[in-house]
Amino acid sequence: MTAEALRKDPDAAGGPSAILSAHHLVKNFPIRSKGLLRRQIGAVQAVSDVSFELGHGETLGLVGESGCGKSTTARLVLNLIPATSGQVFYDGKDLTTLSGKAMRTLRQDLQSVFQDPFASLDPRMPINEIIAEPLRIHGRYDDGGRQQVQDLLRTVGLKPEHGNRFPHEFSGGQRQRIGVARALALRPKVLVLDEPVSALDVSIQAGVLNLLDELQTELNLSYLFVSHDLSVVRHIADRIAVMYLGKIVETGTSDELFDGSAHPYTQALISAIPLPDPRKERARERITVVGDVPSPADPPSGCRFRTRCPKFAGELNDTERARCTDEEPALTVRDIGHPVACHFARRRQMI
Amino acid sequence: MTGTEDYLADTAVSRNGASGEVVLEVTDLTVGFPSDDGLVEAVRGVSYQLRSGEVLGIVGESGSGKSVTSLAVMGLLPGNARVTGSVKFRGRELIGAKESELNSVRGRNVAMIFQDPMTSLNPVYSVGYQVAEAVRAHQKVGRAEAMNRAAELLELVRIPNPRQRLENYPHELSGGMRQRVVIAIAMANDPDVIIADEPTTALDVTVQAQIMESLHFAQEQTGAAMILITHDLGVIAGQADRVMVMYAGKPVETGTVEDIFYTPRMPYTFGLLGSLPRLDRISGRLTPIPGAPPAVVNMPPGCPFTPRCPLSVAVCEEEEPVLEQTTGPGHLAACHRSDMLVGKSPGDVFETTVVDTEALAQFVQTTEEHS
Repeated sequence: MTAEALRKDPDAAGGPSAILSAHHLVKNFPIRSKGLLRRQIGAVQAVSDVSFELGHGETLGLVGESGCGKSTTARLVLNLIPATSGQVFYDGKDLTTLSGKAMRTLRQDLQSVFQDPFASLDPRMPINEIIAEPLRIHGRYDDGGRQQVQDLLRTVGLKPEHGNRFPHEFSGGQRQRIGVARALALRPKVLVLDEPVSALDVSIQAGVLNLLDELQTELNLSYLFVSHDLSVVRHIADRIAVMYLGKIVETGTSDELFDGSAHPYTQALISAIPLPDPRKERARERITVVGDVPSPADPPSGCRFRTRCPKFAGELNDTERARCTDEEPALTVRDIGHPVACHFARRRQMI
Repeated sequence: MTGTEDYLADTAVSRNGASGEVVLEVTDLTVGFPSDDGLVEAVRGVSYQLRSGEVLGIVGESGSGKSVTSLAVMGLLPGNARVTGSVKFRGRELIGAKESELNSVRGRNVAMIFQDPMTSLNPVYSVGYQVAEAVRAHQKVGRAEAMNRAAELLELVRIPNPRQRLENYPHELSGGMRQRVVIAIAMANDPDVIIADEPTTALDVTVQAQIMESLHFAQEQTGAAMILITHDLGVIAGQADRVMVMYAGKPVETGTVEDIFYTPRMPYTFGLLGSLPRLDRISGRLTPIPGAPPAVVNMPPGCPFTPRCPLSVAVCEEEEPVLEQTTGPGHLAACHRSDMLVGKSPGDVFETTVVDTEALAQFVQTTEEHS
């Protein structure tokens, strides 16, 4: 990120409204050579300098295609994998420097729900035990834990008498509710939701989304909602950050992004999603990108999107292109109204 | 869906009227698989006609029988499947036909595109070989000529540097490229029908848009009719002329794409549309359909949607409704209560609350005490 953004930074270390904030998070995964020595010969730059803030009771949607680093970001935020550099602040504390013990205490406040409800629930444990596990780990089960588990099951719309059943006896949507109940057991303040509805059929997905919605309203939870599905994110998020190849390319409120996104990638992403409305869908103007996402082990110089950018390919002249190739665009407000990382950003209504 | 109950002639979206000749006719198709618990009735009576140049979208949730239907059409089901009914390609019966006869139709007259290109391409042959193989299977041409044709096909589906790509193996290509190769194979023999089963589900959205474009192009180039199977109603809205909604192995509603999206007459379709988060407007609460699709073993009598249906009455549990005409001649729905949906929005019919509000209130209270 640029010097300007850095200068703004010191006072951003968990501003008054933010419950959780990330500052210049970087995560490189080493690529090692074959053979005995396994020397490091490169790095997959999964997350490169990502900063954001999450407010109390707010939902921040992190969207992007596979390999853009959104899930890695979520893991970094929870300190499930160590960051290469950068900080994550929760409640004034930098999570990246905390000891294991201190982190464990904080985990009560930061919980997560994973994508695949078939893989994230232990198949050999009855539901009661799955939900009780976090309470036991944190020594809170003896204090009426049994009752709490039953209440949790009712809260997420399941029947307490189902508690003795095993995960395979439930449908995908019900399993995801069990995952939510487990995440809620410690009464957290922040939930990191990594593609929580992607594995579900739409009619089931809607139920889980409504559940998350109601829980947030009642419990004033903050959600970091990671998804590849812009429609879902629009529905649930207050603010959205769009990621491409390890960087946030545009961020703003849900309305700002959908009423006039300014980054060509966001525009392409929005325009690629088919609307379930035949007349509107067939009347839409489309921006299509060509090719596939480049390898994060060797990202393009300058703007990382330039190799697929319709603007770069079609609208810009040679000097403008040179700027895209040589100079990395900073994520700043420009004259757009919300931060966008494109030298030639222009708002455009895509729906 | 209030406010959309109009039929504006000038906004008709069908690209092709139902004027072409019938290329594929499916009548009363059923597919069952014997299991320890009884016969799994995966498909319980599907009938449709497909005319040349037309795109028929088949929608449904997982387990609704939409894929099995098309596998039965192609004769690709495993040996233990019990298939009855009739599938006629230009008057030729395919059910019960000999393998050699099926082979002359499969790939030439009816081509299929599967969901996962990594499993539908052979990892140990180059893509050029595989495209050329499809050409040589049905046309009398030499190796070199078939390779040339393969390069042309790859170019048609917009693979850059097609000549060099011929040498590549599937693992060297990205997911989008692989699916293009599969589309090229489907186009190889200028088929009359292309069956695309979730062709874009495994792909990222921007790649999905490219593939849909290629598919559309392939269909136009070959003039083929297409069966597009997907759970994505957005894709259906953009591509299909007619739509068939399937539930528990049966079509529950069919009609033009406008009928289905603007005046649905079956509560399942209704709920499905209401459960979609929308990109084009701020949606309030979504309308999830409660419960889960039924197991298709030993099904009870009556409409299979009854346990999930907010409109169900006694008759729904006793008698399974048949497809009947609703808003127009081509718009059929299988529902005893379809009149109840006139002028309603999904929110009027379905509950949006999914939690036990009492339990939640209690939970909130204890949380506050706790902190």
